[in-house]
Amino acid sequence: MFRFPRWKIASIVAMSLAAFLIIVPSFLSKATFKEVKDRLPKWIPFEQVVLGLDLQGGAHILLEVDQNDVIKTMVGNLRDDARRIVREENVRSLTGGYGVQGRTVQFRIADANDRNKIMPKLRQLGVGAVSALGGAGAPAIEISTADDGMIRMSVTEAGLTDKTRRAVEQGIEVIRKRVDALGTTEPNIQRQGNDRVLVQVPGLQDTGRLKELLGTTAKLEFRLVADPGYNPSDVDLLPQVDQPGALPVEKQVMVQGEDLTDSQPGFDQRTSEPVVNFKFNIRGGQRFGEVTAANVGKPFAIVLDNKVISAPRILGAITGGSGQISGRFTVEQANNLSILLRAGALPAKMNIVEERTVGPGLGQDSIDAGKLAAYVAGVLVVCYMLTTYGVFGVFANVALAIHIAMIFAALILLQATLTLPGIAGIVLTIGMAVDSNVLIYERIREESRAGRSIISALDAGFTRAFATIVDSQSTMMVAAVILYFLGTGPVRGFAVSLGLGILTTIVTAVTMTRMMIALWYRWRKPTTLPI
Amino acid sequence: MLRFRLAPDNVKFGFMRFRRVSYPFSAILSVVSVVLFLTVGLNFGIDFSGGTLFEVRAKQGQADLTGLRALGDKLGLGDVEVQAFGGGVDATMRVRLQPGGDAAQQAVVEKVRAVIVNDYEVRRVEVVGPRVSGELVQSGTLGVVLSIIAVLTYLWFRYEWPLAVAAVIATMHDLLLTVGFFAVTQLEFNLTSIAAILTIVGLSLNETVVVLDRIREIMRKYKKTPMPEIIDLSVNAVLSRTIMTSTTTLIALLALVFFGGHVIRSFSLAMMWGVIVAMYSSIFICSPVLIYLNPRTAEAEAEAVAPKGGKTKPAV
Repeated sequence: MFRFPRWKIASIVAMSLAAFLIIVPSFLSKATFKEVKDRLPKWIPFEQVVLGLDLQGGAHILLEVDQNDVIKTMVGNLRDDARRIVREENVRSLTGGYGVQGRTVQFRIADANDRNKIMPKLRQLGVGAVSALGGAGAPAIEISTADDGMIRMSVTEAGLTDKTRRAVEQGIEVIRKRVDALGTTEPNIQRQGNDRVLVQVPGLQDTGRLKELLGTTAKLEFRLVADPGYNPSDVDLLPQVDQPGALPVEKQVMVQGEDLTDSQPGFDQRTSEPVVNFKFNIRGGQRFGEVTAANVGKPFAIVLDNKVISAPRILGAITGGSGQISGRFTVEQANNLSILLRAGALPAKMNIVEERTVGPGLGQDSIDAGKLAAYVAGVLVVCYMLTTYGVFGVFANVALAIHIAMIFAALILLQATLTLPGIAGIVLTIGMAVDSNVLIYERIREESRAGRSIISALDAGFTRAFATIVDSQSTMMVAAVILYFLGTGPVRGFAVSLGLGILTTIVTAVTMTRMMIALWYRWRKPTTLPI
Repeated sequence: MLRFRLAPDNVKFGFMRFRRVSYPFSAILSVVSVVLFLTVGLNFGIDFSGGTLFEVRAKQGQADLTGLRALGDKLGLGDVEVQAFGGGVDATMRVRLQPGGDAAQQAVVEKVRAVIVNDYEVRRVEVVGPRVSGELVQSGTLGVVLSIIAVLTYLWFRYEWPLAVAAVIATMHDLLLTVGFFAVTQLEFNLTSIAAILTIVGLSLNETVVVLDRIREIMRKYKKTPMPEIIDLSVNAVLSRTIMTSTTTLIALLALVFFGGHVIRSFSLAMMWGVIVAMYSSIFICSPVLIYLNPRTAEAEAEAVAPKGGKTKPAV
């Protein structure tokens, strides 16, 4: 019981020293830390505590793919495909137009032969999409026919889920490019669930700009403005950004944003108004050249997310493969637009469903408050243990100090995030860590009062209290584990520090205290217990 | 040697006598908690109710609370809750969930920021949309339910049924009273409050386990002593430990309440309440249950059923 072999003592001491060494870098300032880290070899774990956004300040934004927008796009595509097939197959018995309602496109083809002709092609539409799921899944569309010749094509739940998932995957890349353009350090962008993307940008102050960049789909289209006397079914009436009233714009798209290779903010040479300069790829350049050559003198519309930014008149064929967008921008708007065009369009509209932004001032205040609370709690608990248990209190306090060092060391090694509730968890463990010591000491006192010899009382105290310590700590562990799996962000930080605290308690409060008492016993050979 | 002690040694206090007071007392508190929870309800923060929270600091002088409150009407945001702290320089401002989905919440941020940006430093903004808050309610409820199930399973394996029942009653008691605490104080109930509740469940069980372990030990040692006496013996034996530990934990929590900053104050206060309730219930609620559900008879019954060789192990 009280025989501690040398190697055991050595390893316990080494472990404690390692814990203290690991936390040293966290006391350095950011600049010194970087300087030292660059000089050290890579294998040395020289890291600082990772602070959560609530402590270092920054923005946490959760984006969600707009399902209605996805449905709208999917149903729109379905209608266009159906129309194309009907045209290609020369079907003449189409009566009425194409109706769109919710997730369904419907149209009537009275002649049964015509129906049989197009049905296989329509069915083919749903196949490609689902193979992406990796094997035979549910079809992406559902087709039904009624006796009166009505064909209904609906987007299925599986098709929607699949499309949403892919929108998130592609969206992450676009979002990363956009956030990188802000020039912040180490943004964290990751998908959450099927339809969400989490964006965390540490240290960001101006969230307005970030949100503007994230909240814009940035679907750019160049379309001709319709001639007077247009056919309403070929035209969209689109609102204009810089003036009231809608502009009739042809549905047919000349060139799209995805045909851009570059865009930069700049100034118009004549008016010195902020503009965005862009370059087309070869296909886009050719197409733009052809259309402008054929439509000299007519206006064309630059459409961003279904709003007309501007509608300049085509003065001549534009064949250089580059162009300029002007639209009474401010410098910042021109900047943002060029970032958006460079990064490309989001595959679907995304909404901000959660936002948590902490300014750097508040973060620092929280760190200071947490530190102060930890110091006060530490000093009070240490004094209390000293006055109650004397020399045994010293042992408990040494164990407590190592315990706290170990929590931080574990946080650093795991690169787990320390949040404000996490600090609260550590402060709480300061109070609770001594619980194990108290359990043991009180038991020792009791056994000694019951007439046992010193060595036997010490022995009984440790053995009997141990079962209870494991029991009581495992109940706390249950709470910590559940919190970890259900909590997000700060609360998860609390669960981590609480859980680590419980694990290290067993080591420090039981093994280390026992070792210290054993060594002390050998050294002093006491005749009475000092507690 | 003279040393500072909160609980004197060799206490022989008849705790079990107090069950005639503590049971009705706790029953009333529990009922009041449930009634308050159902009638007054909890003061749900934006995590669970959705909406927008601003934390602002006046650039000059004190925060103008009436001015901030008036923003609700001025901007058409409905009721705006404003609270000052930090000596009146800081304030939090809570705007309820606006009709119109996620975009409407974002509009609130822009509108409010535009109005206050000249006079205030915006230190924190939190926006929780309707769907996210719904999910947080779900996962929070799930967390509490799961932890109760985990606790029950643990107790089922750990103890004979009368002791397990006693522990469950004590844990439920603490849970109810904690909910009651949130209802009475109207402290903001948010994600960290769920963390507080789960931690309190853990703490409460911790206290209970310490007492029950001792009861079981003494019960097996003194086979002839009547149950109330055994419980009194056990409670007295662990009393100094219970008081010591609760004191150190309370010290740590007090430090958090006074110095830890306002963001975690509601968490710290709830935890303090939890520690006190857990201490009380482990002594006055959990243990007396065993007078009514005598674990000895339960053990004897179990032994009668078991084959003769399968005697319970003697106490360690």
